[in-house]
Amino acid sequence: MLGQRETRDRGRWIVVVLPYLWLAVFFLAPFIIVLKISLSQSVLAQPPYVPVLDLAAGWEGLKTFAAQLSLDSFRLLGSDSLYLLSYLKSLQVAAISTVILFVLGYPIAYGMARAPKAWQPMLVMAVVLPFWTSFLIRIYAWINILQRDGLLNDVLMWLRIIDAPAAWLSSDTAIYIGIVYSYLPFMVLPLYASLERMDESLLEAASDLGCPAWKAFWLITFPLSLPGVAAGALLSFIPIMGEFVIPDLLGGSESQMIGQTLWAEFFSNRDWPVASAIAITLLGLLLVPILFYERLQQRSLEGGRT
Amino acid sequence: MATAVADEGADGTAPLIRFEAVSKHFGAVAAVETLTLDIAKGEFFALLGPSGCGKTTLLRMLAGFETPSAGRIFLGGENIVPVPPHRRPVNMMFQSYALFPHLTVEGNIAFGLRQENAGREEIATRVVEMLELTRLQGFGARKIHQLSGGQRQRVALARSLIKRPHVLLLDEPLAALDKKLRAETQFELMELQRKLGTTFVIVTHDQEEAMIVADRIAVMNQGRLMQVATPTEIYEQPNSRWVADFIGEVTIIEGRAAALGTIDSALGPLVVVNRDTGAGKTVWLALRPEKISMSAERPGGAKNAVAGTVHEIGYRGEMSAYKVRLGDGSLMKVSIANVNARGRPPYAEGDAVWLSWPPDAGIFLGS
Repeated sequence: MLGQRETRDRGRWIVVVLPYLWLAVFFLAPFIIVLKISLSQSVLAQPPYVPVLDLAAGWEGLKTFAAQLSLDSFRLLGSDSLYLLSYLKSLQVAAISTVILFVLGYPIAYGMARAPKAWQPMLVMAVVLPFWTSFLIRIYAWINILQRDGLLNDVLMWLRIIDAPAAWLSSDTAIYIGIVYSYLPFMVLPLYASLERMDESLLEAASDLGCPAWKAFWLITFPLSLPGVAAGALLSFIPIMGEFVIPDLLGGSESQMIGQTLWAEFFSNRDWPVASAIAITLLGLLLVPILFYERLQQRSLEGGRT
Repeated sequence: MATAVADEGADGTAPLIRFEAVSKHFGAVAAVETLTLDIAKGEFFALLGPSGCGKTTLLRMLAGFETPSAGRIFLGGENIVPVPPHRRPVNMMFQSYALFPHLTVEGNIAFGLRQENAGREEIATRVVEMLELTRLQGFGARKIHQLSGGQRQRVALARSLIKRPHVLLLDEPLAALDKKLRAETQFELMELQRKLGTTFVIVTHDQEEAMIVADRIAVMNQGRLMQVATPTEIYEQPNSRWVADFIGEVTIIEGRAAALGTIDSALGPLVVVNRDTGAGKTVWLALRPEKISMSAERPGGAKNAVAGTVHEIGYRGEMSAYKVRLGDGSLMKVSIANVNARGRPPYAEGDAVWLSWPPDAGIFLGS
């Protein structure tokens, strides 16, 4: 009897510890390494930074290592406007994209939630379907569509909206098209989830109490979908902030998002400490919306909003 | 509409609500079939029937959530079929309560008045009035998820009453409450209805509830009205075997009308109250279990007495329900009040007993 309970307790213990172990190995450890590099100095060597931690030197080695750490890379981020502009560019792209995603995604999610029940699994499937193709291939397809003799110009000229082919590629417009296309499911699915579980008798009750349908949408449906709006917005905004592939492939060279700047520091300049400092700072900035999202999830799990 | 106003009820007043040959079909299924029904002003009216009988559809047509496939519905003489739900002077209390989870108790109750653009002060006074009426004082600022089931039920009631509707529709309003609370709330509903004088139309599948609260009951089955009458009439004078069987417990004996006042059955000749039915016709006699007496010896002077053996006893506290096997093999239901505080049942399973009833105890049914 006792042995059995011990085995069960151990089993429970493993189940609890496993996710933490995963986080420690694949998140905390890399984070500490990046943090360490961000506090180092760039040198032309292998690895391209000092100090290098020499565990063989023991306690003394650790002390000399710590003495050599500095905040120089972070100071550089503050002194050169290139970095600030990159952060602002990312912020701008993320904010505007999130608004566009919301404006496009809400009607889609609403239409899905109000569609006949039998259709809904198919509609959800249609939203998820793009994930079956590699993200990179889909962005390359957009290069094809947006280029000078691409599909978009062909269609617009055939419809006589434009007379000569326009330059779509290598512009902010292309970035927005790529981002909105790629992140639409992240906006639509949480919105759909919150709209779909709404009790339709609430709308009947509103109508019964003298509220016309259009007004009931603003008084009942929309407020009740706000957790979905927040979830969709954060699930889009947070990854868009760090987006690299889409601006790199579709965007122009006039201004860079922070992901591109980080890439350039790491691969072109081989300045690992500055690249790491950029990453650490970005993480710090995103901590605010991430924590907000976590709190939101927590609250909906507590079930106060049913 | 002039035609409806001119068409007055038996007591000289026009009915407040009139369903006129109303049908509702969902695809091939007829939920309500050519139904005509009048409900008077100030009545507490119950729509009663098994699930799927069309009672909820009827209520939802009155609220405006369903449009009749055919027929007209009059409210105060006006055909309301083309009127959208938000313009009808009726309010509904939903089975699920349908309270708005993002609003407070006050916000929920005030919702209807806010749609009328009522003044701030008027809303405040009437919300307080409603909170008092439903004994919810002090709960105004609470969120819905902070309330118990009974409190939510009262918020739903207050919300549907604040606009002072001509008709209050109640869709299984007490189904979610436990038995004790339900019994209390039934009496509260009756009191409320008497105090306000509003016409209440309640949908329920619980016959006991319908009998307690309603002035009149419409018993429905398969989209049709089986009987519309007062609770007493429905119980004591059901118009068919179906109604007799649906309402309460009953034993139905088939027979053939013999001479005036007697029928021939498998149990022998039975004496009933004189009613000319025409000899030779198949008729039925419905007997309520509490109207039958049980004794060990054949009672002297009884007009109807049959012998049997006790087959089964169901103890229910205030009374015991017996099933007695009769000579022809059929079972008769008999209930006997447990008056004796000692609690020893007067009969045991297997006992030979006599069952007797006066001629006027049986309900004579032609269909």
